[in-house]
Amino acid sequence: MTANARANILSRLRATTAQGSFAVPDAPAIAGLALNLEERIDRLRRMLETMHAEVWVVSSVAWLDELKARLRVRTLNGLLYGPGTPLGAALEAAWEENLPPLVPYVEPVEQCRERLFNVDAGITSTQGAIAENGALILWPSAAEPRLMSLTPGLHIAVLEAGTIFNTFAEAIDQQGWLEQGMPTNALLVSGPSKTADIELTLTFGVHGPKELAVLIVA
Amino acid sequence: MTKTADVVAFERNVTKALDDGQLRRNLRSAMTTLSQRRRALFADAEAFEQLRAQGQSIRRRALSRLPELLEQLEARCTDNGIQVHWAETTAEANAICLDIIRRHGAQRVIKGKSMVSEEMHLNHFLEEQGIEALETDLGEYIIQLDGETPSHIIVPAIHKNKDQIAHLFHDRIPNAPYTEVVEELNAIARQELREKFRAGEVGVSGVNFAVAETGTLCLVENEGNGRMCTTAPPVHIALMGLEKVVEKLQDVPPLLRLLTGSATGQPITTYFNMITAPRQPDERDGPQEVHLVILDNGRSSIYGDPERRATLQCIRCGACLNHCPIYTRLGGHAYGHVYPGPIGSILTPQLEGLDEAGVMASASTFCGACEEVCPVKIPFTEILRMLRNEAYARGESEHDVKGHGYRYTTVEALSWKSWALYNTSPGLARIGSQILGKLGQHLPMIGPLKEWTRTRTSPPFAPKSLHQLAQERGLDHDR
Repeated sequence: MTANARANILSRLRATTAQGSFAVPDAPAIAGLALNLEERIDRLRRMLETMHAEVWVVSSVAWLDELKARLRVRTLNGLLYGPGTPLGAALEAAWEENLPPLVPYVEPVEQCRERLFNVDAGITSTQGAIAENGALILWPSAAEPRLMSLTPGLHIAVLEAGTIFNTFAEAIDQQGWLEQGMPTNALLVSGPSKTADIELTLTFGVHGPKELAVLIVA
Repeated sequence: MTKTADVVAFERNVTKALDDGQLRRNLRSAMTTLSQRRRALFADAEAFEQLRAQGQSIRRRALSRLPELLEQLEARCTDNGIQVHWAETTAEANAICLDIIRRHGAQRVIKGKSMVSEEMHLNHFLEEQGIEALETDLGEYIIQLDGETPSHIIVPAIHKNKDQIAHLFHDRIPNAPYTEVVEELNAIARQELREKFRAGEVGVSGVNFAVAETGTLCLVENEGNGRMCTTAPPVHIALMGLEKVVEKLQDVPPLLRLLTGSATGQPITTYFNMITAPRQPDERDGPQEVHLVILDNGRSSIYGDPERRATLQCIRCGACLNHCPIYTRLGGHAYGHVYPGPIGSILTPQLEGLDEAGVMASASTFCGACEEVCPVKIPFTEILRMLRNEAYARGESEHDVKGHGYRYTTVEALSWKSWALYNTSPGLARIGSQILGKLGQHLPMIGPLKEWTRTRTSPPFAPKSLHQLAQERGLDHDR
């Protein structure tokens, strides 16, 4: 049945394309945003904050201390992280007793489903960010799996300021998404999970994280 | 003159919707907000026009190469480990889904928002097979609890207000307290669905864009339920209409901007989810199987006609609904079909056939607001006019829309023939206008005249025709 469906559909479509008569209008290229690094950081920060994300701009020397200071005052049952990444190694080296315990994501989801759905916080690195529409780029990987940025109530994302691009198109181009091949899953994330399905009233924290904290390491 | 069944049903729905004060208040407030937000985001008219031109160009380019792009998409997806299925009809698509679900012994599927799944009536079909299909988008969840269908393609529960939802949750969700606080209603839904996400066996989603050059399926959402459905269960089934394919990854950024901006006035949604492959051997999560179902259901026929083809440019943003004077007064349910509003009015009669849904093409004032806001410049009014003509085109018709000629009646055809004859024979027109000038005031108000004059004053006929007046003044058309 399915093999026929494929052949039938394609032959109907081809019968049409064979007749020609397709006008494809030209569209002039649009000059994208062109901001300097400081402006990109500023715009990203503003856009993310509008979407209720918390943004901390910190130096590459102080970011770990800043993170620890902010976590120390919270009551969290754990911080999900990916061992074997530079971020994971940095956390392991610097972690202390009085902080939410580090929870490594090392087993397949089938063996740790409960833990993943019950942990209060998760921390991931980022592939970059987009200043124009205020979004982080995440490329989950074997070391930092997909659910890390989804199931915990608080998602902390660590972003290198140098990877903030003007536009989505620029990020695809300059990071060579096509050349290096798309990851199994890539994401743009612009804030904590939200909905406006009841009377268009915007509320945050539906099915995904209730909070998003972004550490921009400048 | 007898009314066709679609007309009767639509008129009944219209009366019901217009009499529902609560519905009209809910709609008015929501539609005003959505259109204001969109206007604020696209405040720079010149920049918006440039972006729109790009959107139109990208969609037209994709359609111009549709068969080869679909094949490329299939090849890339297959290379990436995504299993591709083709379905000519919704019944075939449903059967493909059922087969996958059964193979995994699943009793329940969790669903992200998908209009194609509505078009397939997938939930109903699965329930008949003893499989629960649970909607997880908050709006979809709300209407599913109430046994309803979406009334809007972006905000499916827009016809309900929070009081109605408060009662619904309290009545239908075990142990749910009564609350009218939106945040608390959200929290109830979050708690209810979280358990289902954890235990989910098969996830079902739609597709916003499918990128041919990389084999990537793109999903746009705010809540995170779409990511849950496509990430947490071991199996993910993605459903797409065959027009959803785009050529290049670089086609995605402008379309994404147009989609989120037109739909809700957002510069971007919370999540833009790009799925290129199932879980790899070294990965710890993500579905082990990803299936893509490519559905035709009449689209290849729409594709075959140059004028109708523009219907397939649509990116399902819903802006035409939010700006339509008809939709904003009736809501989606009155249309009686899955896709409401202007896009529904041009798409549904072509998918279901004019004899099923032709009346939808009459749900327009031809004000052209839909065309003005459409991010990919679909010529709505041209297509609407064509569909209205097709409804009367008996025998072979120019555009061959399914069910064409269903409104053709001998009486009406004769009336128009007589009208043509009358206006092309001077002698007949002279005698006719003299008679009408005398008897016109006393025409019996029956049939269409009765209907027409129900809400209008019938205009008086002039005692003398223009021809007579001209003669009396000594005017001669030869001079």
